[in-house]
Amino acid sequence: MIRFFNWLFPHPFLTLLLTVVWVLLQNEFSAGMAVFGLILGIVIPRATAVWWPDRPVGFKLGKMLSYICLVIWDILVANVQVAWVVLTRSNKDMKSAWIVVPLELRSPEALTVLAGTITLTPGTVSADISDKGRFLLVHALHAPDPDAVCDDIKSRYEARLKEIFV
Amino acid sequence: MTMADIGLYLAAICLLIGAAFTLVGAIGLIKLDDAMKRLHAPTKVGTMGIGALLLGSIIVSFARGGSSIHELLIMAFLFATAPISANFISKVNIHRRCCDETPELQGGQTWSTLVEREEDKAVKEKA
Repeated sequence: MIRFFNWLFPHPFLTLLLTVVWVLLQNEFSAGMAVFGLILGIVIPRATAVWWPDRPVGFKLGKMLSYICLVIWDILVANVQVAWVVLTRSNKDMKSAWIVVPLELRSPEALTVLAGTITLTPGTVSADISDKGRFLLVHALHAPDPDAVCDDIKSRYEARLKEIFV
Repeated sequence: MTMADIGLYLAAICLLIGAAFTLVGAIGLIKLDDAMKRLHAPTKVGTMGIGALLLGSIIVSFARGGSSIHELLIMAFLFATAPISANFISKVNIHRRCCDETPELQGGQTWSTLVEREEDKAVKEKA
């Protein structure tokens, strides 16, 4: 039974995501469309399973949702701060800096989410990763204290992502 | 004042916020002097600017008695694609050395953009 389930849903999360996206694309909810979305959500992961050899294990959806809420809140706060910096500080006063963040995460999915989060939060852009994937290069627009930004990224985002992608 | 009116006012506020952040992003693009610094301006437009405009669109559709939430999809796709383009632009900046020097790494590692690959060396020798 479990083997059949694994065969039918190689990526349960992708199935869920495709169904939700399909229903959102229709823009009005009806049972028929939801069922059709579910069919798509089963057929597409099944048909493309060959190209997704690694089944993501231990992905925690609940924690991911709370992480998304945290990131959206951070984006709101950082937007206002960065807008203030852009409008009031002259170019000379702006202390932009490269920040090297040592990484503890190893899985590519988690690293992608971390780099995306850093870029989406205004004020920091993730620019590069070291060739062995141990350090992340982040550019900050205005960072009087670069170490604080690094600690912030590690404690706020990386620690949570480590719990999400086990 | 009915719910529809309140909704319209809320939508108007959202539009103003979105427009304001888009304006700040455009000002930043003109004002900032370094290629890497300029990259920070569009990220504001991409998140807060577009986000507030789309939120206004959702509120208007609900105030008029409909229900339109596929704006959330636009948001999701933007959030998924914006970091990639920003990453590509910053990689180009590092590669062309038109920004501050990138910090050195200990332990014999280099930034992956600056790694000299075999095929690059062959091209350089030819040239």
